[in-house]
Amino acid sequence: MATMISGRTLAQGAGCESKMSLDFFKAASICHLSEKDFKSLEFSEGKNVLIKNEFGQVVLTAKADAGLPDSMVFIPMGPWANVIVGKETGGCGTPHFKGLEVEVAATNSPVLNIRELFSGMGA
Amino acid sequence: MIKDAVCSFCGCLCDDINVEVEDGKVKRVRHACRLGSSKIMGHDRMQSPMIRKDGVLVASSFQEAYDRAAQILLQASKPLMYGWASTSCEAAKKGILLAEEVGAVLDSTATVCHGPSVIGIEEKGLPGVTLGQVKNRADTIVFWGCNPAEAHPRHSLRYSSNSCGRFTPEGREGRKIIVVDVRETKTAKNADKFVRITPGSDYEVISALRMLVAGKGDTVPDEVGGVLKADLADLADMLKAARFGAVFFGLGITHSRGRYKNIDNALSLVAELNSHTKFVIMPMRGHYNVGGIGQVLAWSSGYPMSVDFTRGGPYFNPGETAACDLLARGDADAALIIAADAVSNFPRATAKALANIPVIQIDPYENPTTLLSDVVIPCAIAGVEVEGTAYRMDGLALRLRKMVDSSFPSDEEILVGILESVHKQRQLMANEGA
Amino acid sequence: MIIKGGIVYDPANGIYGDEMDLFIDKGRMALQAKGEEIDASGLLVMPGGVDAHTHIAGKKVNTGRIMSPNDSRQGTEPRSAVCRPSTGYTVPNCYAMGYRYARMGYTTAFEAATPILEARHTHEELEEIPILDKGALTLFGSNWQVMECVRDKDLSKLAAYVAWGLRAARGYGVKIVNPGGGEAWGFGANVKGINDTVPNFDVTPAEIIMGLAKANEMLHLPHSIHLHFNNLGKPGNYTTAIETLDLLKDIKPSRMRQIVHVAHMQFSAYGGTSWRDFESKAPVIADYFNAHSHATMDMGQMLFGSATTMTADAPLEYGNARLTHNKWSNHDIELEESSGVVPMNYFRKMLVNAVQWAIGLELALLVNDPWKVLMTTDHPNGSPFVNYPEVITLLMSKPKRDAEIATLHEQVPKRTTLAGIERELDWTDISIMTRAAPARVLGLDDKGHLGPGADGDVSIYNLRPLEVDTSLDHAIVKKALATAKYTIKGGVLVSKEGQILATPPGRTFWVDAAVPQADTDRLMIDLEEKFAKYYSIQIANYAVQDAYLPHAKVIRAGLPILSEVA
Repeated sequence: MATMISGRTLAQGAGCESKMSLDFFKAASICHLSEKDFKSLEFSEGKNVLIKNEFGQVVLTAKADAGLPDSMVFIPMGPWANVIVGKETGGCGTPHFKGLEVEVAATNSPVLNIRELFSGMGA
Repeated sequence: MIKDAVCSFCGCLCDDINVEVEDGKVKRVRHACRLGSSKIMGHDRMQSPMIRKDGVLVASSFQEAYDRAAQILLQASKPLMYGWASTSCEAAKKGILLAEEVGAVLDSTATVCHGPSVIGIEEKGLPGVTLGQVKNRADTIVFWGCNPAEAHPRHSLRYSSNSCGRFTPEGREGRKIIVVDVRETKTAKNADKFVRITPGSDYEVISALRMLVAGKGDTVPDEVGGVLKADLADLADMLKAARFGAVFFGLGITHSRGRYKNIDNALSLVAELNSHTKFVIMPMRGHYNVGGIGQVLAWSSGYPMSVDFTRGGPYFNPGETAACDLLARGDADAALIIAADAVSNFPRATAKALANIPVIQIDPYENPTTLLSDVVIPCAIAGVEVEGTAYRMDGLALRLRKMVDSSFPSDEEILVGILESVHKQRQLMANEGA
Repeated sequence: MIIKGGIVYDPANGIYGDEMDLFIDKGRMALQAKGEEIDASGLLVMPGGVDAHTHIAGKKVNTGRIMSPNDSRQGTEPRSAVCRPSTGYTVPNCYAMGYRYARMGYTTAFEAATPILEARHTHEELEEIPILDKGALTLFGSNWQVMECVRDKDLSKLAAYVAWGLRAARGYGVKIVNPGGGEAWGFGANVKGINDTVPNFDVTPAEIIMGLAKANEMLHLPHSIHLHFNNLGKPGNYTTAIETLDLLKDIKPSRMRQIVHVAHMQFSAYGGTSWRDFESKAPVIADYFNAHSHATMDMGQMLFGSATTMTADAPLEYGNARLTHNKWSNHDIELEESSGVVPMNYFRKMLVNAVQWAIGLELALLVNDPWKVLMTTDHPNGSPFVNYPEVITLLMSKPKRDAEIATLHEQVPKRTTLAGIERELDWTDISIMTRAAPARVLGLDDKGHLGPGADGDVSIYNLRPLEVDTSLDHAIVKKALATAKYTIKGGVLVSKEGQILATPPGRTFWVDAAVPQADTDRLMIDLEEKFAKYYSIQIANYAVQDAYLPHAKVIRAGLPILSEVA
C-alpha cells in the first residue's frame, strides 16, 4: 500500500500540447517510487508497476526517485494518473487528486498508450 | 526580432521573451524556460475542423462546424462550457455571451486547480501583493505544496528566491527559503529549510503554526503531521522574524485532504502573521490565463468560476455547479471544451460522462478530449498568433503579442461564429413556429 | 429630441426651477431641435447626474466581488432582450453598475483610484460598464518616482512624470491617498501625520502633497489634486485635515476651480481621542470650508446596512479587518501603491457608526456654499450608490432626519450637532451638489449643465417640484429619485420608468498633458533604471494600449506654449 501523489513535472508540462506524442507518453505514463520501494518490487520483464485502488487500475513504467519517502508514489498529472482518481468533489467542485491510497505491484502487463487508454470509453 | 513578448504558458506571464521570426514562422525563442519555449515554438496541430459521422471524425468547413456546435448547444438543456485557461480574455468575453445566450454552465480549469483557493478567499480574503513587491522586499519565502522548479521555472529568478530588488540587493543570499511538502522536490533542493509533512496533514500543521505564532504553543502536541513540535516552533520563529514574508502555495494543498479548508487556514495564518510583521500570500496559478477567465467572469457575473447561466440569473455553488460536479452527476447534456483538455485532466470516472454527450472541442492541438469530441474546431494560438489580454498569477493584466500570422480563426472569432449561428438557428425556429 | 415643459434646474446657467423646453440635437443640448418629444410637463428636470468619486472598476472592485459571493447573490436579475444579467449589491457586476446608475438618472461616473501598473484592468472593466461616460483618477501619492522627484525638489521632472503616468494609465487626474503611507505599508508600517518621514524615502506627506499640487497646476490639468487625507478614519483626525488644507491655501489654481478636492470628508472630520470619546468635528471643518475658497469636498456619507470598504489606504483596511474580525484582502502594487478591501456593516445602535452617519450630513448642511460639497457615499465604502436618494432626502428633510436620529444610539446628540440643524436643502442645492458642482470640480466643461453644446444628458423625475413638499413628503421624493421617469444620455433615451431601453457604450475621458521633451528625457533615465531593476515587467509592456479604449475622449492639457508630447 502506498499514498499516491500526482503533480506537475517539466517533461509533462513541455508535452502537454502534444499529448498524442511519444514524448508525452514517456513523460506522463511513469510512476516514481522511493529507491527502497523500487528495489523491493520484484521486477521480471521491464520495470512496470500496476497501481490499483477502488477507482481503477493503471500500468505505469516505474522509476526511482531519491526525494520520495517510502510508501509514496508520484505520478505526473494527466490521463494515466487520473485513472485512479475518483469523481467525488468534496462538496467544493475539486476532485481529490493527491493523497489517495493505492496498491502497488510489479507487473508484466504493458503500459497502454494514450489511444489505448481511451479506446474503451465509447468514443 | 520581437522583443519583450509575453509568454503564454504558465501563471508567471514572463514578458521579457525575445522571439526570432523568419518567413512567418517562429525560428528561435530566447529567455523563455523549457515550457514557454515549447509553447512558442509550437507543435503539430490539427489542420481542419471535423465533425463526427458514424463514429469517425470527418473534415468539414468552419461554418459547418459552427452550425453543428450551435445546434448542439441549442438542443441541450444544461450544456457545460469548460476550459478557458489557455486563451485570452477577449475569447472569454465572447464565451460568457454565448453561455448567457444559450443558457449554459461556464467553468474554468480553476475548479481542478485553485478552485479551493477561490473558496478559501471567499471565507478569509487574500492578503496579497504584486510579484514585484516580493522581488523588492521579501527576505523570507515559503513554498507550500508547490514546486516552481518544475511548474514555474523562471519564478525564482524573476520574482522570488533568486531575484534582486531595491531592498533585497543580495538576492538569494539575503533570503531564507522554506519548502513545505510531502516529498523532497527540485524546489526543496534550493531551500534553506525543508519541512516534510505527512500527506493530508497540511491543515493540522498550519493550525499548529497558528498556535505557535500566537504564543499558544502549549496547545500543540509533540508531533503534528509528522513534524516535531520543536521544528514547528523553529519555523514559526523564522516566520515572525521576517522583515517581509511571502507564502506561495500550490496544488499540494488544494488537491489534498481538506482542500479549500487548507487554504482558509493558510490565509488565516498569513493574516495573523501581519500582527507581528509584514506577510503576504499568493496562489501559484498554473495556466497563463486561468487568472484572466476568473477576472472576466467575476466582473461579468459576480463570480470567478462555476457559473450556472441556465436559470436566468447567474448562480454560483461549487460543489453543485463546477464542471466535475455536473459530469459526476450526469447533469450536463452537452459540453464545449475550449483551451483545456478535460478528458486528460479530469478523473477518468468524471471524464467518462463526456463520452455519452455531444462534445465540441476548440483547441489547436489533438489530445484525449479530441477522441471523445463530436465537433472539433482548430484555432489560432493566443499569445503567438493572436493578440489579447492575460492576467498573471498576482492579478496583473498584460497584453499578449501577435508574433506570426495564422490561417486559423482565433478562439474569439470561433465563438462569435457559433454565436451568430445560434442567432440564425433561433430565428429559423421562430419563423417555423410562426 | 424635445423635452417639453419640465421644471428645469440648471444652476450652472442660472436656471433654478424655470418651466422651459429643452432641445437635443446630434447628442448635444441645442437651442432648437426636431424629433422625438418627451412630455415632462411640471416634472423635475436636471442634467444627468455626475458621480465624481465612486469605486466602480478595477482590481479592488473585482477583488470585492470575488471575495464576496454572498454579496453577488443579492440583486440578481436575469438577462433581458436589452440587458445582460445583473448581480451584486455593494459590489455589482459591470452591467448592473451601468443600468442602476442610469435608472437613477446618472450619466457620468468617475472611478476614484487606479494604480498605473493595473490601469489596463480598470479600463477592461470600465469598457464593460454600459451607458455611462466615465474616467479614472490615477494614484500618485506613494509612488517611488514621485517621492524621489519631491525629495530632489525637481518639480519639472515631477510634472513630466505626472504627464507620463496619466498617459500610461489613460487617467483623468491626480489622486493622492494617504500619501507616503502606501509605501510605508510595503513593510507593514504607516505614516502618522503629514510631517512624518516616509521610511527609506526621506520625504514627508506634506512635501508629496505640495509637490503634486504644484505639478498639477503646472500641467493645467482640468481637475485639481484629489486627496484622501492621512490619518483617515482615526478619532481626532480633523486636525490632519485642517493642517493639510492650510498647506495648500496659497497655491494658485491654473483654472477656475479649487486647488484641492477632498475625498469623502466625513471620514476625516473626527474628534475625540479614541472610539470611546469619539465625536463629530464637522462644524470645525465646515467653518474652514466656509472661510476658504481653495478646497471642495465630497461627503462620503455612510448609511446603515452593508458596505464594502475598498481603498488605497491599506493600513486603514487592515485596521478595519482587525476591529471587526471581517475577511481582509490586501494588495500592494510594486513601486506605486497599496490597497485593501474589507466588507463592513454599519449599525444604528453602534455609537461610532451613528456619529459617522451624522457627520456626513452635518458637513453638507453646515457648509454654506453647495458648490463646495458633492453628494457621494464613496461607493461602496459608505453605502452603495443605489442609496443616493436616501442621502438626498435626509439633506432635504429635517423631519426625516429627526425620525432617523430617534432610532439611533442615545448618545448621538451629545456627539454631534445634527439634531439642532434646521437647514433643509432645496432642488437648487441638490442639482448643484449632484450635477453642476461635480462637473465643475472635475473640470468637465460639457457635463453637469444644459447650456447649448453641453452633452445631451438629461434626467427627468416623476415629481412635481412646484407641488411637492420636500420636507414633509420625503418618502415620495425618495421613491421618485430612485427611478427616473426618463434618463437621456447623449440624446438617447436609455431608461424609462426603471426599464433600460438602450445600452449605448459610454466614452472614457483621459488627459494627455504636454511637457517639455527635455524634462521627459531626464525622466526616462530614472524610469529605465526602475524598470531594469525593480519593476517585475518590461517598460514596453507597461502602458495601457489603444485597444483598451475603443471609446476614448482625450482632453489635452499641459504647458500652454508647448506642442511637444513625450
